Amino acid sequence: MFRNQYDTDVTTWSPAGRLFQVEYAMEAVKQGSAAIGLRSKTHVVLASVNKASSELSSHQKKIFKVDDHIGVAIAGLTADGRVLSRYMRNECINYSYTYESPLPVGRLVVQLADKAQVCTQRSWKRPYGVGLLVGGLDESGAHLYYNCPSGNYFEYQAFAIGSRSQAAKTYLERKFESFMDSSRENLIKDALFALRETLQGEKMTSSICTISILGAGEAFHVLDQETVQRLINEFEIVGEEPPADEAAAPDAEAAAEAATEGAAPDQGAAPMDI
Amino acid sequence: MPKQQANWSPYDNNGGTCVAIAGADYCVIAADTRMSTGYSILTRDYSKIIQLADKSVMASSGFQADVRALQKVLAARHLIYQHQHNKQMSCPAMAQLLSNTLYFKRFFPYYAFNVLGGLDSEGKGCVFTYDAVGSYERVGYSAQGSGATLITPFLDNQLKSPSPLLLPAKDAVTPLSEIEAIDLVKTCFASATERDIYTGDKVEMLVLNANGIRREVMELRKD
Repeated sequence: MFRNQYDTDVTTWSPAGRLFQVEYAMEAVKQGSAAIGLRSKTHVVLASVNKASSELSSHQKKIFKVDDHIGVAIAGLTADGRVLSRYMRNECINYSYTYESPLPVGRLVVQLADKAQVCTQRSWKRPYGVGLLVGGLDESGAHLYYNCPSGNYFEYQAFAIGSRSQAAKTYLERKFESFMDSSRENLIKDALFALRETLQGEKMTSSICTISILGAGEAFHVLDQETVQRLINEFEIVGEEPPADEAAAPDAEAAAEAATEGAAPDQGAAPMDI
Repeated sequence: MPKQQANWSPYDNNGGTCVAIAGADYCVIAADTRMSTGYSILTRDYSKIIQLADKSVMASSGFQADVRALQKVLAARHLIYQHQHNKQMSCPAMAQLLSNTLYFKRFFPYYAFNVLGGLDSEGKGCVFTYDAVGSYERVGYSAQGSGATLITPFLDNQLKSPSPLLLPAKDAVTPLSEIEAIDLVKTCFASATERDIYTGDKVEMLVLNANGIRREVMELRKD
């Protein structure tokens, strides 16, 4: 993606029918540290990599409780994510207040998507620079959704967003068919493995990852550090070599993506649907 | 032409009595379960008590529709607090919130007479008593509602609460043990039931202490 004369305003179309500002917002999501979500029939696990800007600082919070039955993991501009989480919490509280029942997660993601769309059609606004993995439980079971800055949203069995998320997605693509009937413990295990893929050889400890879970009979909560460390040790994934097909360096991956997009602006489908 | 008067009132009084007693390390909050309108009984089994937080329990008599609305507002505000602060509200914080919430509707008040009980940050029992528009005070014990005038003099006699005007300020907790306090509450309700037509059926008691919260129900006269 290179600079061009149609990318100054979010309300300017390119001749190829693209809104570049929106696509640039999606890039911001790719720059954030990884967030992963997976779901079974009864549980949703959200996991994230804790990135601190320096050794001296604390890491940013990327996983938020929205309600007992809904949680969200974000990647991209954390500030935008925080604001949207506050919006989601408010919506849940207001719905509960009026209807004395929990807000169905499917409704919440539509409201979120509509809110994001507004920012793609006002010249005085900018799109939210954050991707949200929304996990929730309603009467029909557990659900995982991904909300883009573009205003699109999709339901997933499992998904990963942020930097080096392709590695996690490859792992999830191999295993996702078993997730629906997975047990709670195996779901957490798969989340840890997927997260490990994004670390690309870095040592996996409970201080660089955050795991959260929600499910039938289990309100959304973040697992504490000791539990996570114990699980990491149990699954014996500390410092193991990543599988051979993940050998491509993250820089090479990003360069390859940029080349294909720059080379085919007309033929390639606009990357809104990633 | 004389000034037109309203031919209906937005308020109704559903009667009932609430009591709370604070101890050194516990708090008892109690309310009867009768709900009335006029001279009729609507139900003999209505709870006027709600647990707002880990260590805050509120009992309210008056107009139960307003009470229910007030409970919902406080519950929603507590959720927001938990999201923002990652912890439960303390009882004194809830007390202030209740006061502000009531005063917010100063010119169309919640017809609710509240008693808030719980444990403060030191684990000591605390009781806060309110009027309909939010004026509140921390006390060692309190009664509100239709039977309050019958119960309060009795509690004054038994608990010898120090005056808030005394200096140095005396502790606002009673010297009673938990068992004695519960027994006293039962006596209060049994007595109030005798003479107040709006109090009776059952008394529901919630006891908060370091171990958690316990609920007890005692039958009362049903006439």
